[in-house]
Amino acid sequence: MFDKLPSITSFISRDRNIGRLLGVALFILIILSILNPGLFLTVSNFKSMAYQLPEFGLLAMAIMIALLTGGIDLSAVGIANLAGVLAALTMIRFIPQGAAGWQITLVIGAAVALGLVIGAICGAINGFLIGRIGIPAILATLGTMQLFTGISIIITKGYAVLGLPDAFLYFGNGTIGIFPVPLLIFIVIAVLFALLLNKTALGQELFLMGTNPTAAKFTGLDNFRLTLKTYMVSGLLSGLAGLMIIARTNSAKADYGASYTLQAIVVAVMGGVDPAGGAGTVTGLVLAMISLQFLSSGFNMLRVGGSFSNYFRELVWGVVLILVMVINYLDAKKRARTPQESGTDAKAQMPDTAAGAGSAQQ
Amino acid sequence: MPDQILNVDNLSKSFAGVRALQGVNLTMERGEIRCLVGENGCGKSTLIKVIAGVVQPDEGTVTLNGRQYRQIRPIDAIREGIQVIYQDFSLFPNLTVAENIAFNYNLARKKQLVNWRDINRIAREAIAKIGVDLDLGAYVEDLPVADKQIIAICRAISQSARLVIMDEPTTALTEKEVRALFNIIKTLQREGIAILFVSHKLNEVLEISEKITIMRNGRNVTDGNTAGFDRASLVKHMTGREINETNAAIVPQAGNGSVPLLQAENLSCRGRFADVSFSLAAGEIIGITGLLGSGRTELALSLFGIRPADAGTISIEGRPAEIRSVQDAVRHGIGYVPEDRLIEGLFLERSIGSNIVAGTLRRLTRRGLINRAAVGAQIRQWTENLHINTPSTELPVKSLSGGNQQRVVLAKWLAINPKILIMNGPTVGVDVGSKAEIHQIIRDLARQGIGVIIISDDLPELLQNCCRILVMRKGRVLEELPTEGLSEADLTHRLSATTPAPASGTPAHSGQRKQVRPS
Amino acid sequence: MKKILRSSEFFVALVVMVLCIIIGLINPVFFSWENLFDLLRSGVVTGILALGCLIVIVSGGTDVSFATIAIFAAYLASKILIAWQFDGTVLVAFLLSAAIGTVLGLFNGALIAWFRLPTMIVTLGTSSIFRGAMLVFIGTFIINKLPQGILAFGQATLAQVSNANGAVIGLPVSVVIFFGAAVLVWLMMKYTMLGRGIYALGGDRVAAERAGLNVIGIQLFIYGLVGFLAGISGVVHASLVRNVNPFDLIGTEMNVIAAVVLGGARITGGRGTLFGTILGVMLVVIMNNSLILLGIPSYWQRAAIGVLILLGTGITAWQSKRESAANLLES
Repeated sequence: MFDKLPSITSFISRDRNIGRLLGVALFILIILSILNPGLFLTVSNFKSMAYQLPEFGLLAMAIMIALLTGGIDLSAVGIANLAGVLAALTMIRFIPQGAAGWQITLVIGAAVALGLVIGAICGAINGFLIGRIGIPAILATLGTMQLFTGISIIITKGYAVLGLPDAFLYFGNGTIGIFPVPLLIFIVIAVLFALLLNKTALGQELFLMGTNPTAAKFTGLDNFRLTLKTYMVSGLLSGLAGLMIIARTNSAKADYGASYTLQAIVVAVMGGVDPAGGAGTVTGLVLAMISLQFLSSGFNMLRVGGSFSNYFRELVWGVVLILVMVINYLDAKKRARTPQESGTDAKAQMPDTAAGAGSAQQ
Repeated sequence: MPDQILNVDNLSKSFAGVRALQGVNLTMERGEIRCLVGENGCGKSTLIKVIAGVVQPDEGTVTLNGRQYRQIRPIDAIREGIQVIYQDFSLFPNLTVAENIAFNYNLARKKQLVNWRDINRIAREAIAKIGVDLDLGAYVEDLPVADKQIIAICRAISQSARLVIMDEPTTALTEKEVRALFNIIKTLQREGIAILFVSHKLNEVLEISEKITIMRNGRNVTDGNTAGFDRASLVKHMTGREINETNAAIVPQAGNGSVPLLQAENLSCRGRFADVSFSLAAGEIIGITGLLGSGRTELALSLFGIRPADAGTISIEGRPAEIRSVQDAVRHGIGYVPEDRLIEGLFLERSIGSNIVAGTLRRLTRRGLINRAAVGAQIRQWTENLHINTPSTELPVKSLSGGNQQRVVLAKWLAINPKILIMNGPTVGVDVGSKAEIHQIIRDLARQGIGVIIISDDLPELLQNCCRILVMRKGRVLEELPTEGLSEADLTHRLSATTPAPASGTPAHSGQRKQVRPS
Repeated sequence: MKKILRSSEFFVALVVMVLCIIIGLINPVFFSWENLFDLLRSGVVTGILALGCLIVIVSGGTDVSFATIAIFAAYLASKILIAWQFDGTVLVAFLLSAAIGTVLGLFNGALIAWFRLPTMIVTLGTSSIFRGAMLVFIGTFIINKLPQGILAFGQATLAQVSNANGAVIGLPVSVVIFFGAAVLVWLMMKYTMLGRGIYALGGDRVAAERAGLNVIGIQLFIYGLVGFLAGISGVVHASLVRNVNPFDLIGTEMNVIAAVVLGGARITGGRGTLFGTILGVMLVVIMNNSLILLGIPSYWQRAAIGVLILLGTGITAWQSKRESAANLLES
């Protein structure tokens, strides 16, 4: 990974998954374009996708980083909603009628900061429970999901918070040139995220810990610190997602986006993230996201499943997830049978031990 | 029932294109005691797994009791009377001792219902046969390794087996317990049961077996009556070379310098070890040995910060050092090459280069981002220095042989620039050529002033490389022996002893020896 | 004796008792017969689902689809019975629903056993598939006119009591189903090789294979059984609320898993008892139902459950961390 600068072709062929995903995305694009070019290939269609994708993308990245370390973050959506609710309330409470421009900006700034800080704090709570107390990630984030959502419910008493200032809504609905603002924000964050994972010591250590936490410990890595930081980043991303949601929809609800968690996991697994930890790329994630977004808006347009397109979509997500995992399994099995490329005095590991063909009954 | 219990014919097995077994033959008759001998990686484990039905062969047949099988399932092997005592015991940690011992009994008889009284009876009979005393209601995961080994043995003999395969069954046993095991083996033989005994302890092999089969690199080398072999011929067949074992290589001079590099005083860790004191000088190589369960690994883990000691002091270069975490240990210049390199030492799916720099990533950054050039240089440096044999450092480390993998682990630690290097089983699972090279590397490190502690079962290895050896038993340092003039037979004897020899080296810090067991 | 005192079941029992006492002190209505019947009524469905959940968790897996299977099975079974205009015994409803549930469960089992897929994520996917399929292909409307058999079953009571307002509260017959199922599960887990095999599998899968256990068969059985129990619980639920709403029950998995884990089962597998699960269910049900008695508004419920899960799993995790640190690396 550090030895040679990869060219684009070696990059794609090296990770066959990315190549496959690229193919899938293009395939879906073409099929849908053929089926209904009038609706699909329009600027407005791409635009609406471009507005919704970013908030989901941030959540997917949040869940991805948790998966990379061998854990999972089921509370991402809960954190997003809590951050959104608190930010929204701040803006509504502290912006008096007819306030001056600078006042509005100040409050918006504070609200945004609050949302991010809440995200980080919630993430730190997750990280502490998982890293220090030792609660398995599934259970911990299951619990915090209930807790964070529950707090949102207590605050909002179940009602939606409405009426956000226009200046803030710009972030969810405005454009710079032809590019929607949320999309730009997402691209910037995605690039930074990829940088974090691939080019910083922290990122590489996360991969190591996700691959083998025991060896990580024995190498001197501070697993607790790494876990804490992982979930804080996850929380931050979720918080940001929450802000983007309320910026786009102009409302903050305690239970928005309940289906996002499953979708994010589908996207992550499809994008090449190993659910057991240790592998995954941002590129793969983004490609998978785009593919599924195409598919999703395609369903909408084609009115597949009649007026039950939402439910049909859920069905498809489940099928996609299972299919992807089965394909990955068969692929790994096939590769374990064929000879290694190295040809050195390679001695393979026995398949019925833990180090073998990844049969973790998770 | 036919007299020939087992007939392995022309067995071959590959994993991902690498041949683990090639055309292997083996037979076992009623009441036969045969030893299977070979270096790590020669295919012994794979052969056992094929016979037990855990792994399916690519070619060849396995005939059990006259019935030929192309595909064996574990339950078939068990029903044919094959019992295996695995090296990792394969017990159920969450079940009780009694249930573990009686488990196969019920399974083999296709019993559906569980009678707990029967289970207790079977278990009691089994442990009485070996002559130990165990709490049948204890959960296996709470017990020390030595007990687990005994439980695994009990499980195998509680069944009416026809063939019992024992894979390295004496690694945790004292001399007395080994005697007891040998007696049991003789008893089983009288009952017509065949025993396949796998061990790398050649004196045990020569003592207990009647026939020997030697393997190397996945093939049969030779077999015959034990009477026709001696140590030297065994070693020659196993390794393919003449290795002069009595040639104690240059015993390195103890380093000079008044202040010891590492000084441990009265280190104790409740339930693990007690009252351990020793010193290590710069440039010195010392050895620590003892049976499985003697506390030697726990001691290493305490020095390395994984399980800090409860009491006692550690001084490094004369200054007291608080080692409460791995980060502390690394900061003080202590490195640890672990025993189980697959789980503790390597990130198998990651590239070789990634493994090498795993510990130094933070130092190789420039303005927060990883400095590609520096990383590449470091990888190249250590790959060359340690002669890591691979066409590319981007390949996953699991593609390497044991010897090369061990070098990668070593490289990782050397990259961190340690002052003290603790190596636990440095040449386990490493081919002969790599073994000698790794020993050379260790001696070179010592010459550069690094203090090395080698923890090992391999007595010749210790005798050839260390200047002093600490013998541990049940959590205490029994004695400290200088290697000069020490023979392997002597050392073996000292290992199982319960009291220090009258006039040999430094007297032990013994007196009262408590039964040290984890709570 | 010492072993009993140290066990997690004892700890949970203690917590339940303390909780009951505290709630009872604040609002003595807690100790009334009607409240007890109410609690039992609320706990039956959770309890039956928890039985299956326990078995899965002991085997080392995590299933999050059983609630979806429960409502799917009950919904489909009801639709079929209505189409047949069947008004006979509720037994048919149970059998039909259980059969549907078993098929769905076996689908899970096949994916997990043959493709060795990580159980939680797989069941997350299948839960989605089942829910989507149900809503798209079977329907989205609430069935209010349930077959007579189911209705009658729901109204049958073992005992009755009237409260201050003269209303009559009954102890539903379905608690018998729960206790019956619990006993059967207990017998299986403790006295059959199948049950011991499930524990063995959860303890060390590789050792289980080497010992000759039919791991694939065991897993198929486990997930099929979960589906079976889910199907039964779905009909029980329908009988108690007197309708079949395809949007019901979904989301309650967390409660059930929390109950099982709070009852002392290890999420990594190998440990867990029926008694502990029952205690865990009691804990969760009491928690859920008593907020009202305590004067806490219902929208605090979710947060309360969250705290409960975290406390329960946190304490278990902390304890086992201390134990395992003591046992670290024997060699």
